[in-house]
Amino acid sequence: MTSPLEQKKIKLTGPSMVTANRTWDGVVIYRTAQQGWSANLADAAVVRTSDEARALLAESIADDVGAIGAYIAPVDVKDGGKIAPGNLREHIRSEGLTIDLLPVPA
Amino acid sequence: MYAYDELDRTLINERVSEFRDQVKRRLSGELTEDEFKMLRLQNGVYLQLHAYMFRVAIPYGTLSSKQLRALARIARRYDRGYGHFTTRQNIQFNWIKLAELPDALADLAEVGIHAMQTSGNNMRNVTSDQWAGVAPGEVEDPRIWSEILRQHTTLHPEFSFLPRKFKIAITASEHDRAAIKIHDIGLRLLKNADGETGFEVLVGGGLGRTPFIGKTIKPFVHGRDILSYVEAILRVYNQYGRRDNIYKARIKILVHELGIEKFSREVEEEWKLMGDVGLTLDHSVVEEVRSRFSYPAYEKLPHMPDELKQAAHDPLFERWRKNSVFPHKVQGYSIVTLSLKPVGGPPGDATADQMDAVADLADKYSFGEIRVGHEQNLCLPHVAKRDLPLLWKALDRIGLATPNVNLVTDIIACPGLDYCSLANARSIPIAQELTRRFANHDTADLIGRLHINISGCINACGHHHVGHIGILGVEKNGEEFYQITIGGRADEGAQMGTLIGPAIPYAEVADVIEDIVEAYLALRDRPEELFVDTVKRLGVEPFKERVYATR
Repeated sequence: MTSPLEQKKIKLTGPSMVTANRTWDGVVIYRTAQQGWSANLADAAVVRTSDEARALLAESIADDVGAIGAYIAPVDVKDGGKIAPGNLREHIRSEGLTIDLLPVPA
Repeated sequence: MYAYDELDRTLINERVSEFRDQVKRRLSGELTEDEFKMLRLQNGVYLQLHAYMFRVAIPYGTLSSKQLRALARIARRYDRGYGHFTTRQNIQFNWIKLAELPDALADLAEVGIHAMQTSGNNMRNVTSDQWAGVAPGEVEDPRIWSEILRQHTTLHPEFSFLPRKFKIAITASEHDRAAIKIHDIGLRLLKNADGETGFEVLVGGGLGRTPFIGKTIKPFVHGRDILSYVEAILRVYNQYGRRDNIYKARIKILVHELGIEKFSREVEEEWKLMGDVGLTLDHSVVEEVRSRFSYPAYEKLPHMPDELKQAAHDPLFERWRKNSVFPHKVQGYSIVTLSLKPVGGPPGDATADQMDAVADLADKYSFGEIRVGHEQNLCLPHVAKRDLPLLWKALDRIGLATPNVNLVTDIIACPGLDYCSLANARSIPIAQELTRRFANHDTADLIGRLHINISGCINACGHHHVGHIGILGVEKNGEEFYQITIGGRADEGAQMGTLIGPAIPYAEVADVIEDIVEAYLALRDRPEELFVDTVKRLGVEPFKERVYATR
């Protein structure tokens, strides 16, 4: 869980994706294979080599208006191809807080 | 309360217009993120894990009820209905949208609040004692001087591009509630032999990956000279501070590398060279600022009103009163701490409804004034003792009467990996579990004063180094582990805690803290001996043995 902000080299340890936050509202988004963004992890393009990751990251960063802070993050590809977050940080970004909040009226 | 003048209002409103234009240009693509980042940071806007985070300044921790209601509106209208009070007396909103930020800033500007210099390499919000102006025995109200420093440094071009962020804290009491020894500059207000007001100036304190306790650079600087002396320190820092390495850029590293004597000589030389640059504070200037602070028209009230005598028969009230109510400088009044640490709750969080309710209670019982402390609790600074029973009932109804102030469940915690993009591990769930383990208030009372501080990474926003028990989240092979230190303190006797041994996994942290507390209860030589004093007397070994003997 080393901060992605400290990511210097692209060195994959397994299947990975590119994630960022949407510029106008900050929502967590994932780069898709169709050169777009989705708020759904299931839509993320999965890369397996450093070259693929570098290319995906480069096109993600190029979209400076749409997204902010793009970086490469690990994913688990389950049987049947379902994608799950590859570490706790991405689990929290994808699934939300792990804590109980104070009750806020709807 | 401090009343802003026309100049302040104009400055804040102009800043909103400027930022509105910057956001518009960012969203249209006219500004790149690289160009925009510094601009948003100068307005307190960070990018965190889930969204943008918006940090709003609460200068020296003082809020009016009107301002607190405005913060509640921000939480409700632009966020998810709650806010998080921080260890620097600010408030953070965790789910704000960039496109809506200019509107949020405009709403805040209406009540004289802004987010300037809550981020970036500049002079941050000047913090102070949350009991400023009401603490018995205080030299004088330190907020006067905090405000003078705030005015001088806000948007000051020389302080807007420092090597790194810069934090100043001021106290005017013997007991340091502002943690001045862990700030870049710590100021302790005092009187000299002639009765003149001045400051002991400390420099080079700070936590993070290289923690240092601040050192006294000058035992007395006259009040009239404090601006020029602080500026001399900043000039030396600006000249010699390292810009090549972010981890070595804080003034504490410069002070450490030069040594306090050499650093002090540099500052003295700079101070002399500066000569008269118009920074000497005339008495009239100080009095002008002082006059803009309003103080309540206190009534003449008895020390022990009948209402309090009657309520004392209720053990629940008495438990709350004993750890949440503190002496006031005016007879018949009290300072009341509102615990933002409910059992199982996130430390420092308050909902919009709670903020509104506190604002109403402040109007009813505290002359419309609220304070924020670095311990992430709120405070009502002017409560008549006769009103304490009614206030307690009202606070209990809104979940703000947990009787745990300064006890084991009054935990300071950073947002950790649940929110923060820098964190390696979670902080809040550890705090929540500990509050459940020690939920029994009798047990907490038996343990006595014990400060637990939790940080989710080495940046130490939870001040773990100076917790009586400090918990630091680290990452080991993709798993959350936690280093435990004991014996730290943040007050006038500030010192760093000592590491007790190897880091422990997430699942064992609460068990380990229970072991440490049990060891303390067995080892203390009398019930009045505080945890931190037992550690001082015995060292860490007995605690280390207890924790690691069976692990």
